[in-house]
Amino acid sequence: MPVLWLVLAVLGIALVGYVLGRSLALASAGGEIRNLHSLPSYYGSNVAMKAAVPALLLLVVWLIVQPFVVNGMVSGMIPESEISEGSNLGLVMAEVHRTSEGLSNAVAAGIIDEDTARNPGADPETMTDRLKDAGQVVTSTLTAPILAAAQRYRALHDSGAWIMSGVVLVLALAGLIWGLRESQAEFRARNTVEQGIRALLIAAASIAVLTTIGIVLSLIFNTIEFFRLYPAAEFFFSLNWAPSFSGRGGSSELGIIPLLWGTLYISFVALVVAVPVGLFAAVYLSEYATPKVRAIAKPLLEVLAGIPTIVYGLFALLTIGPILLSVFGDDTVGWMQGQRAVMTAGIAMGIMLIPFVSSLSDDIINAVPQSLRDGSYGLGATKSETIKQVILPAALPGIVGAILLAASRAIGETMIVVLGAGAAARLSLNPFEAMTTVTAKIVSQLTGDSDFASPEALVAFALGMSLFVITLGLNVLALYIVRKYREQYE
Amino acid sequence: MNDMSLLERRVDTKDTKISARKVQVFYGDTHAIKDVDVDIQDKTVTAFIGPSGCGKSTFLRCLNRMNDTIDICRVTGDIMLDGEDIYDRRVDPVQLRAKVGMVFQKPNPFPKSIYDNVAYGPKIHGLAKNKAELDEIVEKALRRGAIWNEVKDRLHAPGTGLSGGQQQRLCIARAIATEPEVLLMDEPCSALDPIATAQVEELIDELRQSYSVVIVTHSMQQAARVSQKTAFFHLGNLVEYDDTSTIFTNPSDPRTESYITGRIG
Repeated sequence: MPVLWLVLAVLGIALVGYVLGRSLALASAGGEIRNLHSLPSYYGSNVAMKAAVPALLLLVVWLIVQPFVVNGMVSGMIPESEISEGSNLGLVMAEVHRTSEGLSNAVAAGIIDEDTARNPGADPETMTDRLKDAGQVVTSTLTAPILAAAQRYRALHDSGAWIMSGVVLVLALAGLIWGLRESQAEFRARNTVEQGIRALLIAAASIAVLTTIGIVLSLIFNTIEFFRLYPAAEFFFSLNWAPSFSGRGGSSELGIIPLLWGTLYISFVALVVAVPVGLFAAVYLSEYATPKVRAIAKPLLEVLAGIPTIVYGLFALLTIGPILLSVFGDDTVGWMQGQRAVMTAGIAMGIMLIPFVSSLSDDIINAVPQSLRDGSYGLGATKSETIKQVILPAALPGIVGAILLAASRAIGETMIVVLGAGAAARLSLNPFEAMTTVTAKIVSQLTGDSDFASPEALVAFALGMSLFVITLGLNVLALYIVRKYREQYE
Repeated sequence: MNDMSLLERRVDTKDTKISARKVQVFYGDTHAIKDVDVDIQDKTVTAFIGPSGCGKSTFLRCLNRMNDTIDICRVTGDIMLDGEDIYDRRVDPVQLRAKVGMVFQKPNPFPKSIYDNVAYGPKIHGLAKNKAELDEIVEKALRRGAIWNEVKDRLHAPGTGLSGGQQQRLCIARAIATEPEVLLMDEPCSALDPIATAQVEELIDELRQSYSVVIVTHSMQQAARVSQKTAFFHLGNLVEYDDTSTIFTNPSDPRTESYITGRIG
């Protein structure tokens, strides 16, 4: 039975359970809602919950586990001799999967009948021809063990699906009966449903957390794999970034320092642009602007935050780069050779960060109590004296937190750098030279044909992990500072 | 009217520091203060009493133009400080506030050190020529704020770390450090415990030697204890203004009597 139908069947059972449970409970109270412990719909929900939740959970677990079990059983059938030089078990198993799918499709199209497909004595060569006739992708001539494995795979897969359907439906029905037996007037259905809702919310929260852990784990395993192939000391301390894709290891130099330098340099330029502009904008919006101006200007500023970063990248490449080139290029001082440079990307990134800094700082400045402003005005201070000497010092920890958050965004930014900063890893102090960042190199190491066993590709995970640790550290620091600040006024 | 003639006689014996005539205050469409006439005397503690929302704090904030910081607030009528109209175009509200200091309901020390809190006003008004002079001003203000002995060993600790009563006395010291002529206090003891209240009240009595003090209070006992003159506000009107002893023993308006005996509020 296809999974979709199975899910619909379980939901149907749950729906029937809802209606039955509701009316059963009502009947047990003699039709008087007042004699029930809970409202009738709670009894219905209780039955529906008990019918649907365990069955659907089992379905999900089964769907995840079954391929592993079947693969394990089938891969034992493949003899060592089938695994040719330069290949591995995974590739052979992929062939088995393709063959079994081909068999199923051919049966469905009516080219071969079920018995032929299952026939263990079938001649591999005839079968190959037949499958090729049926338009199924079979790369080379099938060998006997592979055909046998494919047939076994197919059988296991089908019977597994049938067993699954049966077990899931039985479980749904068992849940239905359990729920219906409970549908008596004195049963506390309301409290049971409450617990069910709580479990649902916990499940949603844990999915978010588990995904984060999953992401970190996938980075960690690949990073460890990389450090087995490439010495960690060279990765962290080598001053050169020169990957080669021709040879495996050895000839490549994969030092993170030039990339980290580019990342930090561009982020620094971005913050130099974003922090003053964003902060002044926030001060204007929260202290000087009339409510009318604020109501218009704040959303407009925040529109900047909604622009996709690739658009900022285009802006950097088409507008900022040429302008910088005409000012600092060969025609004048000759500092800048091409449009792509640290400055180009940094300025575009700074513009991207302005709303980020201003919006957060605005909230923080607004959180400074009015009593402090009154106190300062009451002593005869002007507006700017009050801002400079009372409000900004009071808001400083929060503003520092906002800047650190902006910094971690700058460090993780990719598209602006890919378009605006260039691709050359370089250790240089000249901000008008092209450089590249960690993120841009992760992109270039993993796009196109990449062999996931080589250090040149795996280095991307080590780079990602380093970046993750840096931004995580910055975020934790920012949150710590912001939280410490909040305690002051609560 | 009887009480007005009494007032006239008093004015002759003591200098009038602030005199208000026909003051009206509007918050948007709300008419918060209606036709208030009052003469506040020098070196006297004047108490404003009245039920919540009667406009006493609003009127107090007119006296140093703190209402200017609220966009929808509009003030008409004349308020004269030493015979000079403070709502005149030529008057700089920032300079005025240095002359008419203010202490607020909740202690509001700046998130700076105790020293910097007190030095804030003198610094922005350029009252000290050098560090030594500033030190002297700070010490004098803290001594007059009756808090010097408690903080002299930790002048560079943050002002927010003091207790509520200490914070309020710090705020008073901060206000008198700019050498104001009038000190406005908006319910200065409402956030304090009885002991801290007693300390602040004692301080107010001492400040009377050199300043004209105007205090808004909800506590009639406090008004009776610290003030020489009392003004009773009700629904935006100044109902009665007289010597504190007269107001509390022999009020001429029935509304005043009802309020001080606790029947309206």
